[in-house]
Amino acid sequence: MTVVLFFVFAALALGGALGVVLSRNPVYSALLLVVTLVSVAVFFLMQDAQLVAAVQIIVYASAIVVLFLFVIMLLGVDREETIIEPLRGQRVLAVVLGGILLAQLLFLGGRVWATGARCAEEACRPEAGAANVEAVARSMFTTYLWPFEITAALLAIAVVGGVVIAKRGGAVTGGEDEPPRPSQPGGQR
Amino acid sequence: MTITGNYYLVLASLIFSIGAVGLLVRRNVLVMFMCIELMLNAVNLTFVTFSNMLDDVSGQVLVFFTLVVAAAEVAVGLALIVAIFKRRETATADDLNLLEG
Repeated sequence: MTVVLFFVFAALALGGALGVVLSRNPVYSALLLVVTLVSVAVFFLMQDAQLVAAVQIIVYASAIVVLFLFVIMLLGVDREETIIEPLRGQRVLAVVLGGILLAQLLFLGGRVWATGARCAEEACRPEAGAANVEAVARSMFTTYLWPFEITAALLAIAVVGGVVIAKRGGAVTGGEDEPPRPSQPGGQR
Repeated sequence: MTITGNYYLVLASLIFSIGAVGLLVRRNVLVMFMCIELMLNAVNLTFVTFSNMLDDVSGQVLVFFTLVVAAAEVAVGLALIVAIFKRRETATADDLNLLEG
């Protein structure tokens, strides 16, 4: 059962990842990204990481992908990309370099490379089911409390930065490009 | 036949490589961004796998921090793309060949 589940979702994840790279329309890329993200969430579930799987679905597959789709629609860049490559041999070189990277990663990942000592205490042991949430929470609010607090500041800074950057981009050019902008998302289609 | 951690590690390295090739091949900035998300997700998968292999819940906590950084990165990055698009009317990486706005 687990074996079948693994290979089905591995095929889905790899197919989705290839689809993100190969599809010429960004909207299809974003939707195929969801396939990969959900498959990875299933792998999290299969490894007894229930909380992370739920967060993966909520944050990645909904929030981030919706943000992507929103920007694609807002900018109207969902037309297809040209095939002409301005840098000669870029594609071939990229695939060769990717193959080298994959060989290196498989060399590391294909063998058991987890050399760290197993956690000795009972406190850091992950548990299946509802206890997994409890174990993660206990670790996050004791050992990793300081990094956890910093992420709050990081998110606040990112939100403010995003608003400021997106707002200033149009304001610097002056008022003359303001009127065509609202009509753009609808006018392109 | 049981699924050991190595299967997950090999799968994660495959997804990571696909993301890296996509980042090099594609020229639409938004799709390049999605490829970065793919690579981050592959790393998250290895974190959870090692967490499972080593019986240590820290790997799952680290996935949270990766998620937070990814969310912040997407928020700022998409804002940058919107700002660039307002000025230059393009979302192709090759057209952005000047440092000045």
